[in-house]
Amino acid sequence: MAKSLFEEKLYSNKFLVTTEIGPPKGADVSEMIHHVDLLKDKVDAINVTDHQSSVMRFPSLGGCLSVQEHGGEPILQVTCRDRNRLAIQADLLLAYFRGIRNVLCLTGDSIDVGDHKEAKPVFDLDSVQLLKMIKAMESGTDMAGNELKGAPKFCIGASVHPEADFIEPQLVKFDKKVAAGAQFFQTQGIFDLGSLRRFMQYASQFNVKILAGIIVMSSARMARYMNDNVPGIIVPQAIIDELATAEKGKGLQKGIEVAARLIKTIKQESLCHGVHIMAVGNEGIVPDILEASELVTVGR
Amino acid sequence: MIVAEQKHLEEIRRMIAPYDKVVILGCGTCMTVCDAGGEREVSFLHSALRLAQAKSGDGTHSFLEYTVKRQCDPEFIDLIADKVSEVDAILSLGCGIGVQALAERFPDMTVLPGVNTSFMGMAKESGVWDERCAACGDCRLEATAGICPITRCTKGILNGPCAGTKNGKCEASKDMDCAWILIYKRLERLQQLEKMRRYYPPRNFRAIPRPKRITSKISSTGEENG
Repeated sequence: MAKSLFEEKLYSNKFLVTTEIGPPKGADVSEMIHHVDLLKDKVDAINVTDHQSSVMRFPSLGGCLSVQEHGGEPILQVTCRDRNRLAIQADLLLAYFRGIRNVLCLTGDSIDVGDHKEAKPVFDLDSVQLLKMIKAMESGTDMAGNELKGAPKFCIGASVHPEADFIEPQLVKFDKKVAAGAQFFQTQGIFDLGSLRRFMQYASQFNVKILAGIIVMSSARMARYMNDNVPGIIVPQAIIDELATAEKGKGLQKGIEVAARLIKTIKQESLCHGVHIMAVGNEGIVPDILEASELVTVGR
Repeated sequence: MIVAEQKHLEEIRRMIAPYDKVVILGCGTCMTVCDAGGEREVSFLHSALRLAQAKSGDGTHSFLEYTVKRQCDPEFIDLIADKVSEVDAILSLGCGIGVQALAERFPDMTVLPGVNTSFMGMAKESGVWDERCAACGDCRLEATAGICPITRCTKGILNGPCAGTKNGKCEASKDMDCAWILIYKRLERLQQLEKMRRYYPPRNFRAIPRPKRITSKISSTGEENG
């Protein structure tokens, strides 16, 4: 079965660059399409988030179809927060039918951090079980063991948090994700390359590809906000201080500098297999980061 | 035990508005222990309702108060049949089970819930109760060092922590411990970390189909569940 373009690159020893797009809150997708057009030839794949931070939006699957239609390589983010095992399997069959081949398996943020706090949290599965479910589908059965008429085949990834303040339990879960069949990992935001180095010392024993998550911040205020409100994120004080030195109106420029410096070092020192750039609402500046990181021509 | 909170007085007043004579019925078991609906709370609520009625000049209710040992047990409910025949409605300070047991026993009587039944838990300190069991019908506490991830993890996930944990706390609330950090630390202390490294398959939500029923294996009687 033909591998996805992204899967081929995954095993090509190329330094990979992925980014992500948050779909709109509403039916007007013009800005999202604009970002797809802007980024599709500059990165190896584009993730589309699945109600990121539990905020209701246009769906990941719809966004991935748009990426596909506009000539990009999508990575479908699938969380376990909103759909039970029937719905997730059905969505994956549709995704496969429509040519989507890359899936990032996530547990999903808590309903409590989002904008529909009274909703029922589903979490019928967790991220490890989701990975296993996809492997079962690939082998021709649904989760209940019933035979599928036509099995899908995906390139599957997961997430890991090298900067967690208590890393050991995260590594236990990482091991389970690897054992469940994850081929690549896009990490949570990396700010301290020391923790990435330590994590890679551990992860390099496995045959999986690690893309370091790079969050682009627009101000010291945003960094502090993330520390207080974004699950798991810990922006070090040194980076907050650096962002604070930006002249008025130049915060984002400073954020781009910080992100580009991290990316350049990761690439120069071959710390891991690539980067995943998360511009959180500023997707339009990703080309500037690529340029500042001297990654301007990725080519497809 | 079952833990509940008494409803706001205004909500209770709105519920009882159509009924002249109301018995406020406490429960002597869980609701007494969690300070939501025992004899003391029945008496306080009775006073509060009378006071509110007098102050507002709104309503001409008369109240009886009574507390049974357990509202979830027909044997104890039978003891108040005479009292119930004198009133227009029962305001139950029992849990949701008590309310329904009363409704089944007295088919012609309106039964109103005076508490919001919240969870099964334990007293953490004086006046503080914490949820501890989700009654899932498929107990896995052996694997998790006696700490329930279904109840205490906001996502109820089974294979370890999500990435949202920070300072040992949950992403859903900075006041809430991350269940998986607690589980990891306790398994480590018990030298049983291999249990966390196992893969746990998805839950079986039909371990006991809903509405759940258990029939004693010693003396099995049992009618239609419904």
